[in-house]
Amino acid sequence: MIPSVTMASLKDKISAFSFKGILLPVFGILVFILLWQVGASRVHTSLGEFPGPVVVYQQWNSLVAEHQRERVKEDKFYVRQEVRIAERQTKDPSYVGKLRDYTGKPTFFDQIFTSLYTVLAGFGLASLIAIPLGILIGLNRSVYSALNPVIQVFKPVSPLAWLPLVTMVVSASYVSDDPMFSKSFLTSMFTVTLCCMWPTLINTAVGVAAVEKDLLNVSKVLRLGWMTHVIKIVIPSAIPLMFTGLRLSLGIAWMVLIAAEMLAQNPGLGKFVWDEFQNGSSNSLGRIMVAVLMIGFIGYLLDRVMLTIQRFVSWDKTQVLR
Amino acid sequence: MATHLDISHISIEFPTPKGPFKALDNVSLKIERGEFVSLIGHSGCGKSTVLNIVAGLYDATEGGILLDGREVKGPGPERAVVFQNHSLLPWLTSYQNVELAVKQVFRKTKSKKEMHDWIMHNLELVHMTHAADKRPDEISGGMKQRVGIARALAMEPSVLLMDEPFGALDALTRAHLQDSLMEIQKDLNNTVIMITHDVDEAVLLSDRIVMMTNGPEATVGEILHVDLERPRDRLALANDPRYVDYRTQVLTFLYEKQRKVEPIQAAAKSKKTAPSVKVANA
Repeated sequence: MIPSVTMASLKDKISAFSFKGILLPVFGILVFILLWQVGASRVHTSLGEFPGPVVVYQQWNSLVAEHQRERVKEDKFYVRQEVRIAERQTKDPSYVGKLRDYTGKPTFFDQIFTSLYTVLAGFGLASLIAIPLGILIGLNRSVYSALNPVIQVFKPVSPLAWLPLVTMVVSASYVSDDPMFSKSFLTSMFTVTLCCMWPTLINTAVGVAAVEKDLLNVSKVLRLGWMTHVIKIVIPSAIPLMFTGLRLSLGIAWMVLIAAEMLAQNPGLGKFVWDEFQNGSSNSLGRIMVAVLMIGFIGYLLDRVMLTIQRFVSWDKTQVLR
Repeated sequence: MATHLDISHISIEFPTPKGPFKALDNVSLKIERGEFVSLIGHSGCGKSTVLNIVAGLYDATEGGILLDGREVKGPGPERAVVFQNHSLLPWLTSYQNVELAVKQVFRKTKSKKEMHDWIMHNLELVHMTHAADKRPDEISGGMKQRVGIARALAMEPSVLLMDEPFGALDALTRAHLQDSLMEIQKDLNNTVIMITHDVDEAVLLSDRIVMMTNGPEATVGEILHVDLERPRDRLALANDPRYVDYRTQVLTFLYEKQRKVEPIQAAAKSKKTAPSVKVANA
């Protein structure tokens, strides 16, 4: 039997939590939707009214329906091919059929998927370069002095400036009859990599350079080898800043990717937005708004995923992460 | 018998924007095997600098350190250091912190099982086996310092260097750890150099107390042999006239012969860093 006093305080805690944790955010969202509805109805464009929440909801449903129709079509497409191949094989047993890829238009959800794996590939590549390089720079002042000007110059470059160069280099150097990756994927990915690696690089370097002097002395007294020193002392102390960098990088990666897709007409959410804009139907603005919300929501989810990884990896469980 | 540790005529200069600053001048000290030596002096007199030179973390500008007749250069586990603020790796448990040292020192000479036993033995010495799997932020300051001592002892050092090991602890915990240290010292008979601000600590633990003059160009002022039989008991000694006499000698050195005249602001600062010098008891 739980004493009534603790029961009461428990109830207080739960209600305090649900007030701050659920009620306030819900209230905030409701106010936003209300203001959005009121504001949207006052903005008129050549494509009609600015999309309010209701229109966006309708467009969301129509995008879902479109996606489902497309999937049914795709299934039929493959069934048809298989039937045709089977028929030919009964006539001519030596015939080897080849399934052709579905050529239908990618739906909104296909584009989301494309953008997601492109951003993850670009971000992954950036991390693979930036973390080791950051550790090197942080450990060695000479390397830092040598590389710092280069980093400072490339850090503020906009993705749009890189894009033409990356496109040309990729089309010139990646020539293959049966490419494993499409060129558009590589272009988007490299652009993302070039733009998003800097925060990770700089934060890792700062974290590595800021290892406590006492811990360095411990390492010296123990005569730890270089590798042991880096693995046991440097990397664990740099982890909090490393993750700050990684989260900034992932945020930038996602923003850069959408811009790159719009400009280069590479498949993904950016292309979806651009296509709808060019399409200019009465549904377009509503669909773009769906994409905007989706981009924001995915960006938020990506950050949460990084935060969860950070919680898992971080040794300091008392640290407040947000 | 040759001297175990010979600190021979060391001086050190640090470069500053205003020209070189000579922190230590001609410090010499010979220490026998198994001897417990304390360095005492006002803050800023270069006690820690001496210790860091012996540890190999600083290089002396002149003079050098001989350990068993051989000159030592650079830091090494045979001169283990217990740092003032424990310096445990916060991402490792007590066991892993000691393990890091043991693996480094005994990787070639001990088997896995022997290393485990050795780690547990050292944690046992400081009574920390119960918290072997806890991380530093889960245990108290005194416990952290115990693990720090276990880590240093586990390196089986020829000389144990302690840089104000109990300075950051409250008085009761400090007394407790001093007793533990005396117990361990009875069994292992290590050669120890300890830096302290605390006159009682110095008299209670040491065979010799080395009193340093004020910097800059600090050097050895007086050396006091503490001839009290061991084991020493703090309660029994409190009223022992010899003990009181030793204390008075150290206090006289610190507050009459080497009275530190500082401007008010600096004095207020040094009070903060040296809370364990009990002027009121003098």
